[in-house]
Amino acid sequence: MATLVVLIVFILFLAAILTGGYNRRYLDLLQENWLWNWITTVDHKRIGILYLIAGGFFFLMGGLEALLIRIQLMFPNSKFIVGDVYNQLMTMHGTTMIFLVALPLLFGLMNFIVPLQIGARDVAFPFLNSLGFWLYFSGGLLLNLSWLFGGAPDSGWFNYPTLALNDFSPGPGVNYYVLGLQIAGIGTLISGINFLVTIINMRAPGMTYLRMPLFTWTTFVTSALILFAFPPLTAGLFMMMFDRLFETSFFVTAGGGNVVVWQHIFWIFGHPEVYILVLPAFGVFSDVISTFSRKRLFGYNSMVFAVVLIGFLGFMVWVHHMFTVGLGPIANSIFAVSTMAIAVPTGIKVFNWLFTMWGGRIRFTTAMLYAAGFIVNFVMGGVTGVMLAVVPADHQFHDTYFVVAHFHYVIIGGTIMGILAGVYYWWPKMFGIKLDERWGRWNFWLFYFGFHLTFFPQHFLGLWGMPRRVFTYEAGYNLELGNLLSSLGAILMTAGLLFLLYNVVQTFRHGEAAGPDPWDGRTLEWAISSPPPAYNFAQTPRVRGLDPWWLEKHEGDGKLKPAEPLGPIHMPSPSHLPFVMSLGFFISGFGFVFHSWQVGVLGLIVVVVTMYVRSFQEDPGYHIQPDELKGVEH
Amino acid sequence: MKRCLPASGAAMGILTAFSLLTGCGNHNMSALDPQGPVGKSELNLIYLSTGIMTFVVVVVTVIYIYVVWRYRERPGDEEKGIPEQVAGSKKLEVLWTVIPIMLLIVLAVPTIATTFSLKEKPDPADSLRINVTGYQYWWGFEYPEQKVTTANEVHIPTGKKVDLIMTAHDVIHAFWVPSLGGKQDLSPGKTDRLVLQADKPGIYEGKCAELCGASHSLMNFRVIAHEPKDFDQWISSQQNPKSRPTVGRAEEGRRWVEQNCIGCHAVRGAGYRVLGRTGPELTAFGERTRIAGVLDNNRDNLKAWLKNPQDIKPGNRMPAFDHLSEKDLDAIVNYLQELK
Ligand code: HEC
Ligand SMILES: [Cu+2]
Ligand SMILES: [Cu+2]
Repeated sequence: MATLVVLIVFILFLAAILTGGYNRRYLDLLQENWLWNWITTVDHKRIGILYLIAGGFFFLMGGLEALLIRIQLMFPNSKFIVGDVYNQLMTMHGTTMIFLVALPLLFGLMNFIVPLQIGARDVAFPFLNSLGFWLYFSGGLLLNLSWLFGGAPDSGWFNYPTLALNDFSPGPGVNYYVLGLQIAGIGTLISGINFLVTIINMRAPGMTYLRMPLFTWTTFVTSALILFAFPPLTAGLFMMMFDRLFETSFFVTAGGGNVVVWQHIFWIFGHPEVYILVLPAFGVFSDVISTFSRKRLFGYNSMVFAVVLIGFLGFMVWVHHMFTVGLGPIANSIFAVSTMAIAVPTGIKVFNWLFTMWGGRIRFTTAMLYAAGFIVNFVMGGVTGVMLAVVPADHQFHDTYFVVAHFHYVIIGGTIMGILAGVYYWWPKMFGIKLDERWGRWNFWLFYFGFHLTFFPQHFLGLWGMPRRVFTYEAGYNLELGNLLSSLGAILMTAGLLFLLYNVVQTFRHGEAAGPDPWDGRTLEWAISSPPPAYNFAQTPRVRGLDPWWLEKHEGDGKLKPAEPLGPIHMPSPSHLPFVMSLGFFISGFGFVFHSWQVGVLGLIVVVVTMYVRSFQEDPGYHIQPDELKGVEH
Repeated sequence: MKRCLPASGAAMGILTAFSLLTGCGNHNMSALDPQGPVGKSELNLIYLSTGIMTFVVVVVTVIYIYVVWRYRERPGDEEKGIPEQVAGSKKLEVLWTVIPIMLLIVLAVPTIATTFSLKEKPDPADSLRINVTGYQYWWGFEYPEQKVTTANEVHIPTGKKVDLIMTAHDVIHAFWVPSLGGKQDLSPGKTDRLVLQADKPGIYEGKCAELCGASHSLMNFRVIAHEPKDFDQWISSQQNPKSRPTVGRAEEGRRWVEQNCIGCHAVRGAGYRVLGRTGPELTAFGERTRIAGVLDNNRDNLKAWLKNPQDIKPGNRMPAFDHLSEKDLDAIVNYLQELK
């Protein structure tokens, strides 16, 4: 009860400040603060940077967890981290990396770049964009606070019942998982819808669908996947939440529930999720490869078709995660074939990348190194994927280190390297300065070598009898060397990433100005100054073909053609409501984790009140007048 | 055997990996060294898929190395102007769509055939049925026709199909014996079948492969395959276990076990009123090779287990018996080791 009173007072206090009802002076002070400006921003570029910062922070957490795991597994029978604590570590590592690192970092790039690539001034719903970020952040924070209050979830990132139910996971850990992911998931869904609408509605004149850069295309398809894949997760998490908090029996066998239902629901979300993660990386690599080969993308149309096809097929393969459940040979065969089918469009992409480079003039910048390295990883991760689709073979692979190797090859080798390539490639656009190429090469080679050293031996560990998610293995079964190499590799990867950190710090201290178009780019974002002004384009450009900026440089006069006369630009006004609403969700989530209905409901009240305020708020935005535009010829 | 990893780790190619696949790992625990027909047919598919995939990898690698080397930017390239902007090539694109489809068909046909054949129900007349139940963190085995139960070590005859009918008592587990064949999940509220067969006598290591709690990593078991006649002997010794000790001290242990353990454990033929079912069967425990799947079965280890099972298997459901005196513990250990 006492906590409740304190919370109410605190919230009233905040509300008083925020509405200016208490004393305008505080409000003014607050509004001039830089932190406040970031919290209330609705600028897609700033929100993109917020995603990168938050994702980077969780990356440190997840990376540290991975390192601890590899230290425990470095030698047989070691007792450093065992039992339940190990399960917490490995669960949080997976959950963090999938939900709080990979996708948000991609969202960071998408947010910053996609509106620029389609010649838009912002996303379709700037307010929702900010809300999506803050929901993600509060969900992620809630999940990670489990380390401090009550213990982290420990049932693996796919959280199978009955292990995840109260009987076998009695602490608050799994509640954190359910509620944290629910809140972060709403944010993801909102962002996905926002990107969809942005790409459908906000393209500059002449930017037809088949002129969109591949990164925009993959963002588009990924957003569609989010739209269809996240609702099943939401539903599943609700059922799990009800089983845990309100004693329902969706998954409790004694109460007539069924444990296999959760597996279906989870993987109907979970398989598309891996394409949600990897498609945007394909997009980054397509842009990077064509830019640094100085050639247009080979087979653009079939690349687009392949992305759409992969997205579509991605919904028809989820049972390949369940081949050992015992669903029968008919189901297993159908899903084996559909899984193999997905390899075809994926193969098309690989060859198209190779032939984009063919005949080009390849500059091996750090971004391009990541792209070139990715092709190798992805071919390896892809072929092991096809091998996993072979049902009888999968009976041996399933739930072993072979699978661990496979999905790290695609998620690190694909998604994370895509993000790193994107960071090196777009850093000058985002901050106006280039990351240092020399440190970049250190970063790449250490990370790359460490990556293979970590994960290549794991294929064998799996085949030699090492299940995944084990905290130890016995000596004398030939598992020692592989594990040792794998742990050494993890240390190398860490070292590689430290070079990236160092590079970032050094660049901010004395990086050289990059100019608007440091790489001889092809797409619209390179036509405007770095970093771009708040309104992006002083005049909305008219797009005349694929790779519009390259076109203007080589077949035009090197300037974008405007599609509208110079005029006042309408901008959305900043808002603190997304932050407050997310705070409400956070408080509510925290309350429910500990079965405190009062706090839970209180948080929801905050949410509803902010929704109410938002609904009746008039937000006319503001205008930037033509004479305020910098660097524009009048 | 030790050589295979660094070489392939450095070469980092599926090709080397493939050539090194055979002969690696421990032969009692490796999917690459199968000891029965199921494991062999699975390995054949692993080989087939690796072979086809190696072909793909080789093609890609050759093009890749050529492209990256031939078209890298060299000093002086600037003067040559920009490369030709090629839009694509219908012919090539059709080629690399059609060839993979054909390769996948080659892979899909045997995949489906084997998927169905492995799930065939064996003829009860020439197979042995065993019921398997997964518990946190141990395995119960029941031979319904022979009326024998045992735990953590399952004995089977060679050359005969074993029809394993599985379910779980609490959470999901997965039954995996890498050298005999792939795994099957054990789900609460559901029964499933896995058919395995061993060709040669031997001890094959088994693991739980589905995360099932704190001691998931330690939920091991063993499959012990005998020649058929040795197996029959084993069955009959299980049906008439020596559970009445001949030595005096052990008789004392029998009583201690009666007082402390039989609520959870069963010892058939010892004259106990109840046969506990919430812990592993202890009949003929002296014959087991291991304790709880993780320790070698000897007196010291057994005593350590009784004193503090949590230290050995965190989170397991056996209470500690550190309140018993050394003498009483010795008596229990004596008795358990006498069980044959
Ligand atoms: C509350 C129930 C309970 C009681 C009482 C109990 N045990 Fe256990 N025991 C278990 C469980 C459960 C296991 C399985 C532990 C595991 O491996 O996860 C076990 C395992 C064992 C094992 C290893 C079995 C194997 O198959 O390798 C031995 C030996 C054993 N107990 C001996 C004893 C003795 C002796 C006593 C009495 C002094 C005793 N137990 C009392 C529940 C109990
Ligand atoms: Cu999948
Ligand atoms: Cu288990």
